[in-house]
Amino acid sequence: MIVRELELDLDAFEGPFDLLLTLVLKEELDLVDVDVAGIVLRFVERLAEYRRMKEAAGWLRERLGGEGDRFFRLGLAPLAPQPERKLAPQDPDGLAQVLRLLAVAPPEVSLSHMTLHFPPVVQFLERFRALLRRRSVFDFDQEMEGSTRQEQAVAFLALLELRRANQITISQPAPFAPIRIARMEESGATDERTTAWKLRSA
Amino acid sequence: MEAPLRLVVANPLDRLARTLEALLVVASAPLSLEELCAATEEEQERVETALGLLAERYGEGRSGIVLEHVAGGWAFRASRDAAEACARLFERPVQRGISQAAMETLAIVAYLGPCTRPEIARIRGVAADSAVAGLVERGLIAEAGRGPDGSGGAVRYRVTPLFERVFGLESLSQLPRLDDLGDDVDAIRERLHAVAAQRTA
Repeated sequence: MIVRELELDLDAFEGPFDLLLTLVLKEELDLVDVDVAGIVLRFVERLAEYRRMKEAAGWLRERLGGEGDRFFRLGLAPLAPQPERKLAPQDPDGLAQVLRLLAVAPPEVSLSHMTLHFPPVVQFLERFRALLRRRSVFDFDQEMEGSTRQEQAVAFLALLELRRANQITISQPAPFAPIRIARMEESGATDERTTAWKLRSA
Repeated sequence: MEAPLRLVVANPLDRLARTLEALLVVASAPLSLEELCAATEEEQERVETALGLLAERYGEGRSGIVLEHVAGGWAFRASRDAAEACARLFERPVQRGISQAAMETLAIVAYLGPCTRPEIARIRGVAADSAVAGLVERGLIAEAGRGPDGSGGAVRYRVTPLFERVFGLESLSQLPRLDDLGDDVDAIRERLHAVAAQRTA
């Protein structure tokens, strides 16, 4: 039993006994104001509680002495059985029907959308050449509107082919902006435009 | 012509007693009346009567196996006559001695449990950590959740069914009442009040 840890709740003071003692010694608290009888009572109560437990411990020890020759099975209890899962009433015909559905071969999955059809480049070469005979300038995006991605890709190859043959110039003011195609003039301006193209593509 | 073989039908209560016997032999901890009723699908009254039959059959001095009402249930244990032989082959549940500190801690948990380590330390005046840890290891006390929010959520402890079994208690109500052990607080309080009254007079 440690006296200085005794918790007090008095009119003039609330806290552990050793704090009270410190305050009294420092003369910050007048001993006249302190309920000494209250402290004594609290202390006796604590002491009595401990004494009761000590006596209870004595009783337990005596009991253990008398019951020391008790032998019994110790160990893990056998596992409790798992609750049985009850099935809902079953209809054999329904089951057969479902199984029959499972036995049917599934419809063949079409892979047609995965096959790519590329039209010949020549088709676009001729188309663009014809177009350029009528017009000196056209927008690639506008011209190819409504065509598939494959057609657009092949058409672009055709453009590159025409460019290589120095028959057109290709320009695009900004990324993703419309691509403009212009007929290459037969004059000396060709060199200039070619340079411009080369710079742009660099 | 031969008469058909007639099976001897056992007394139904005797049959129930045999079933209970079987359940208790398989169990490794005391079985409560409710558990026995649930397992046998029988009325409580009939199970109690059958247990009475068994208790008579498995009494101390009559049988090597003794039926006892302990830790809130029914369980078989070895007879005391056989304790010496048992001790040669098996360790007792509490073989090693229990220290005074551990016994006091055990008493506090048995009487005041569920209680926290700080509460035990407050009564004993010294830290209870190692005593609590030792008792937990022996299986005599176990964690019983955490204290209310005000207590800082410290782990609380209570005694286990093994405690009751080791100490041969039917339940914790068999512990002696603490009031019988110390009346002096009231006596001292009365004397102090008497002194105070004299002073003010």
